[in-house]
Amino acid sequence: MSSEEFINKATDVANSARALSDEVASLASEASRLAVDTAGQSAGSPFIMGLTVLVLAVFVGYYVVWNVTPALHSPLMAVTNAISSVIIVGALIAAGPADVGFSEIMGFIAIVLAAVNIFGGFIVAQRMLQMFKKKQ
Amino acid sequence: MSSDLSALLYLAASVCFIMALRGLSHPTTSRQGNVFGIVGMVLAIGTTLMAPGVMSFGTILLGLLVGGAIGTVIALRIQMTALPQLVAAFHSLVGLAAVCVALATFYKPEAYGIGRVGDIQISSLIELAIGTAVGAITFTGSVVAFAKLQGLVSGAPLVFKMQHMLNAALGALVVVLLVLLCTTQEPVYLWILIAVTLLLGFLLILPIGGADMPVVVSMLNSYSGWAACGIGFTLQNNLLIITGALVGSSGAILSYIMCKAMNRSFISVILGGFGAEGEDGPAGSGGDDDRVVKSGSGDDAAFLMKNAGSVVIVPGYGMAVAQAQHTLREMVDLLKADGVNVRYAIHPVAGRMPGHMNVLLAEASVPYDEVLEMDEINRDFKSTDVVFVIGANDITNPAAKTDPKSPIYGMPILEVDQAQTVLFVKRGMSAGYAGVQNELFFRDNTMMLFGDAKQMCEKIVKSLEQL
Repeated sequence: MSSEEFINKATDVANSARALSDEVASLASEASRLAVDTAGQSAGSPFIMGLTVLVLAVFVGYYVVWNVTPALHSPLMAVTNAISSVIIVGALIAAGPADVGFSEIMGFIAIVLAAVNIFGGFIVAQRMLQMFKKKQ
Repeated sequence: MSSDLSALLYLAASVCFIMALRGLSHPTTSRQGNVFGIVGMVLAIGTTLMAPGVMSFGTILLGLLVGGAIGTVIALRIQMTALPQLVAAFHSLVGLAAVCVALATFYKPEAYGIGRVGDIQISSLIELAIGTAVGAITFTGSVVAFAKLQGLVSGAPLVFKMQHMLNAALGALVVVLLVLLCTTQEPVYLWILIAVTLLLGFLLILPIGGADMPVVVSMLNSYSGWAACGIGFTLQNNLLIITGALVGSSGAILSYIMCKAMNRSFISVILGGFGAEGEDGPAGSGGDDDRVVKSGSGDDAAFLMKNAGSVVIVPGYGMAVAQAQHTLREMVDLLKADGVNVRYAIHPVAGRMPGHMNVLLAEASVPYDEVLEMDEINRDFKSTDVVFVIGANDITNPAAKTDPKSPIYGMPILEVDQAQTVLFVKRGMSAGYAGVQNELFFRDNTMMLFGDAKQMCEKIVKSLEQL
């Protein structure tokens, strides 16, 4: 593939990604508007909202992951491992307060553990993906 | 920052993570996908840092730097053959981090707005306890998987009496503790819960043998996602829920693919000890090992392959152990220079983690378009002159198709028996992981090449250069 073609393809992909993310964002704002609208009437509990998100995300995950080519299953594990460390969000809030107590220490440990994973996971995935080359 | 804005930024991060997985649908888009993943993570961390309760930036930066440095060094230094244990080790960290976050939440729920100590909202508490349990199981389970893959403990299944009874009892105890914790809000029950689930994770993975590790590693991958998901529910954070669900379903799908490729049920893999369901008679195995096999030298193999029109290479875990992928590639280069059509065939469970062989071949600069999956190559074996099996066994055993009594009956195999000639690089005549003798070894058109995979490839390279 010539570099020009590659760039074109890449731009296409990027554009479609942008379109997709715009769509998702608009859907989300729609959803949150609806949620606000209905909150008064049915008081959808946070659990139900979370469950809705969970079920939809499982469906997205299902279809996206079946599309992953088997050759890249190892990098897939490295990447999913890295992104599951998004749990660092909880750790940051725990370690956030200025005072130091048990919770802050736990938060700090979790930050270190998750950071190992985030950096390690993405770098190992990148190393693997760099090696997959086409025939010259 | 307003909560709406941060929710939107979290949403953007979620979309980035979805795009990261989507990128992996093809090698050309995969690197871009990885960039999406990194951007998503930066967004997630950046947004959280701007949350009103987060003030101790020094400590946080220190934690990020320490963890980041460790992760970077490990990731840059790790040998590609050691990937499965690295991934297992990383999973254990996610599990432990989930437990730490859950503890932090339990002792300071007001930081997350879910109540006060001793008076946490009941739904949040249930989610927190489940997240903790899954996290703890992931932690010790991954540690055992790591130890087995690294060779620190025997890869053989460790089975003992009453094992399943014990696990079931512990499982029931976990449920009891969950109820006690949620009704009394006493910290002591959370600590006991953590201790019991740590033990449970340990016991669950111990009986599972080495070659079932692809399933285990995928399963733990899935668990680490569900742990994140559980914590996400507690913190009412959609980003954690979405990401956890993505990772959880990804791991579950990989486990399913691996089980299917071994024709085993997920339950039987988890219960451990291969053949637990067919112990009454591993028919067709052993007993007849005194039959004669044809064995050959590196020179014979070189001669056969050089004069062949087409060669298919079937790599297995033995290639990884011997680190033979680079020498193998040299051998293939010499063959290709002689006009031989060479391709590689990968069985889904070859190696110790999903896609293990593909990464090793890629490391040896084998172009990915020469590496074919089982379904793509199986019909070509009929018209193949020579199949070169290096470090694989069970996945080529025709008994899986012909012998209904065999423990591996029904497992999809690479149909190498249909080729003109089959060369097996193997250290000895021992049976494969399933404990079944491979009928193929005794056929007239099979030649055994006894020796270490790497040394055998070196010998073949040498004679190819002389021929």
